Amino acid sequence: MHEWALAESILTTAVNAAKKEKIKIIKEIVIGLGELQQVEQDIFEFALGELIKDQEEILKDVKIKIISEKSNFVCNNCQNHWSFDDLKKGINEDESEAIHFIPEVALVHSRCPKCGSPDFEITKGRGVSILSIKGEK
Amino acid sequence: MEARIDIIEKRLKNIKRIISVASGKGGVGKSLVASSLALNLTRKGHKVGLLDLDLYGPSSHIILGLENYNFPDEEKGIIPPKIDGINFISIVYYTEDKPSPFRGVDISNIIIEILAITQWGELDFLIIDMPPGIGDETLDVIRLVKKSEFLIVTTPSKVSMGAVNKLLKILKELNLPIIGIIENMKMKNSKLVKDSILKMDLKYLGFISFDHNIEEAIGDTDKLLKSVFMKEFNKIIEKII
Repeated sequence: MHEWALAESILTTAVNAAKKEKIKIIKEIVIGLGELQQVEQDIFEFALGELIKDQEEILKDVKIKIISEKSNFVCNNCQNHWSFDDLKKGINEDESEAIHFIPEVALVHSRCPKCGSPDFEITKGRGVSILSIKGEK
Repeated sequence: MEARIDIIEKRLKNIKRIISVASGKGGVGKSLVASSLALNLTRKGHKVGLLDLDLYGPSSHIILGLENYNFPDEEKGIIPPKIDGINFISIVYYTEDKPSPFRGVDISNIIIEILAITQWGELDFLIIDMPPGIGDETLDVIRLVKKSEFLIVTTPSKVSMGAVNKLLKILKELNLPIIGIIENMKMKNSKLVKDSILKMDLKYLGFISFDHNIEEAIGDTDKLLKSVFMKEFNKIIEKII
């Protein structure tokens, strides 16, 4: 359950960012969840909940919002665009699991569906990110 | 907003020493030095981690004889599998050792992800096997692994020293700790490396002779421990721990 490690990263980053801005109470953290990383949202939310209990005062009233983001890939060779649903058609279960841990290995296990090139970019929906933080000074 | 960098310091905080084995040039024996160092320190009773950050051409797993690429166990992150007693992390667990056509942004993302999710626990040493040069991986280690010291490997060649000198200059300019320089694959008497290193006011740690039988020890850690390479390298290791 490496969702725990990701949840811990999010909260540590949010607390550090809030402290830099002299925010005393964080009211809301909006988290982006890119589809490519296939984070199990239930486990992720559970981990966030458990971690918040052990955190400092600054997080005691925090509300977490999670926004899922669709993935998009663009081929550097032929400029073709495709989605995660397209990508999934060409990979097996183990390859999908590997992408769950390290999303960039999508470049190892899949190819552009149009020209077969391994030279493509993950332009959207890679993994976890913080979209916004709200708080009180 | 990047959400993974702030946790990295915590992931590395129970590691006493982090040693990045680096060189300006490929093919000088960095991976052999890094893997052998990890193996030697483990056999001396230390708790050791080995992180292969050569994402295009990972080699440490070949030197250690790792043949199955099962995913590491998960426990609030990923737990490095033990290979010959070494806590070992490499991209090969996730690539199945297939070709890895990564661009710079992918390299940085992978390094951040690995550093953010790996639970090393308490270690005496973490050895990082670096790719050659001063590209993304080296810059990311400098940026993200603040505690890292650098152990530099070169061969007695003007071409190799040309590239190694550039790496050394950058590390010196940034005031980063350089443990010293190892001259590997020495075949005849020459002061080329030693003189060049001393001129830069850096520590020349010694040389390791070209070991004609080393290829037979690749993938076989027992043979590696008994090799001429390891016998000579051990004298250098004694100086740096």
